[in-house]
Amino acid sequence: MEFKTCVFYFLSTILVLAALRVVTARNPVHAALYLVLAFFNAGGIWLLLSAEFLAVVLVMVYIGAVMVLFLFVVMMLDIDFKKLREGFWRYLPMGATVGGLLAVEMALVLGGRYFGLDAMPEPAAKAADYSNTQELGRVLYTEYAYPFELAAFVLLIAMVAAVSLTLRRRRASKYIAPEVQVAARHEERMTLVKMAAEKKKPAGDEAAEAGAGGGR
Amino acid sequence: MGEILRIFEDFFGPLWPVVWSLVKIVALLAPLMVCVAYLTWVERKVIGAMQLRVGPNRVGPLGLLQPIADALKLLFKEVIVPSGSSKGLYVLGPILAIAPSLAAWAVIPFDEGMAVANINAGLLYLLAITSMEIYGVIISGWASNSKYAFLGAMRAAAQMVSYEVALGFALICVLLISSSLNLSEIVASQGQGRFHDMGLGFLSWNWLPLLPMFVVYLISGLAETNRAPFDVVEGEAEIVAGHMVEFSGMAFALFFLAEYANMILVSVMTALLFLGGWLSPVGFLPDGFHWLALKTAFFLFVFLWVRATFPRFRYDQIMRLGWKVFVPITLVWVVVVAVWMMSPLSIWNRDDGGTKGVPAAGLEIGG
Repeated sequence: MEFKTCVFYFLSTILVLAALRVVTARNPVHAALYLVLAFFNAGGIWLLLSAEFLAVVLVMVYIGAVMVLFLFVVMMLDIDFKKLREGFWRYLPMGATVGGLLAVEMALVLGGRYFGLDAMPEPAAKAADYSNTQELGRVLYTEYAYPFELAAFVLLIAMVAAVSLTLRRRRASKYIAPEVQVAARHEERMTLVKMAAEKKKPAGDEAAEAGAGGGR
Repeated sequence: MGEILRIFEDFFGPLWPVVWSLVKIVALLAPLMVCVAYLTWVERKVIGAMQLRVGPNRVGPLGLLQPIADALKLLFKEVIVPSGSSKGLYVLGPILAIAPSLAAWAVIPFDEGMAVANINAGLLYLLAITSMEIYGVIISGWASNSKYAFLGAMRAAAQMVSYEVALGFALICVLLISSSLNLSEIVASQGQGRFHDMGLGFLSWNWLPLLPMFVVYLISGLAETNRAPFDVVEGEAEIVAGHMVEFSGMAFALFFLAEYANMILVSVMTALLFLGGWLSPVGFLPDGFHWLALKTAFFLFVFLWVRATFPRFRYDQIMRLGWKVFVPITLVWVVVVAVWMMSPLSIWNRDDGGTKGVPAAGLEIGG
């Protein structure tokens, strides 16, 4: 067996097991962490396909940002595990339908001959220093510039919408505008006053005074 | 040298690539760990000097054996797992903290062609790996089953994700003007230009045309490594030590090692991306690894200097600085650099026929 095949099976075994644990893990935090593991292995498999840009972006965006925020939320939930498992039988038909559909579609793709995959020649192997990041950038910003910009706009609108939907001002919040705080000068807060230096009396005087006081 | 290598190559046969990689990894990590250990000593000495104290001076001459004594002490301490903690994740936390900060070193070049892996997407790899550093903090914070640790983890999650955005944009500026993701090529691209030909190499490094990005990168680097004044994640005055409050012995030491390895990593990155890596600042001195070491040491000193000088930021002000100051500045500067490159005023004239990924149209406009 080729070394590459070994690596593929290694990565995909972990990927499948991790994905399985995502749906079977009891604790949602564990499930989210298994999802991170699954993403990481998927990134590895993409690297094997020499799609290094996609692999790195998967790790950067999904593991580095999306899943962190997921965990951020999931960790703060106070979850009743019993309640979580209650609706299992109620949701089963729905889930089974979706799962079945996915399986059928995957079988279609993997079957290949429906799409005439056998007739397609194998893509030519690229040299080791071939950078698909550059190639992708070149195509994205020339040929597909308008679709790319359109996608960016849709995402921007979605972002603005999400913020405006969830933004609400709480009346009781004690909020001070940070620009006011940052603009504060020390002259407004504190004055330095010149004072004459206070001299300590020599130790002998003090003792004598204390002695005199006691005597009185 | 080559003959000796060939003998070993014959001896190991098909296993040779694995063995050779391992040798390279050890040759990189062993000096790195020594640097990490002595960085803790330097930190205590430097901050001590700044605060008119002596610093460690008991173990060995000048306290030079202090890091070793500390390491031995931590090795012999028990690793206590708190009751009610998630055991597997509790052990995984420190490992996940140190693994990415060591893995990131794979693509760092130390001299012309001297890197464990000189890959094309080096900068992307670094971004991806450093974005995973956060998991060590979050997982250990959650798994400890402690309120302070959890608060630290939450702060870390928000802070590190926020500053990654500014960091990423600063890197985009760098890769725009060097039109490469390969770190060696980024350094090489700084060794050309008018000033370099005049013998004043340090003026053609990236820090000058990208001065705002240089500053943003340095400050975001501080925030990414959770160093003072951005160390609210640890915040020993409020949440004791944040995510590592429940850890003891070697598990705690791993967090420490990770933090210092990250500091060195950010310093090396700044030196490579903005200060010309191993290039010599003036024409009459030869290039070499010592320049990179010197620049890195300078940035490490800045890290310590900043820690001794500034008080800790308040949490909401950290977020404000990240999102409302750095992200807009970097966004604008990306556009500025892009327009600059395409304008007749561009100082990055390329006549290599677009082999480095500059589109042909850009060449015509850029002259």
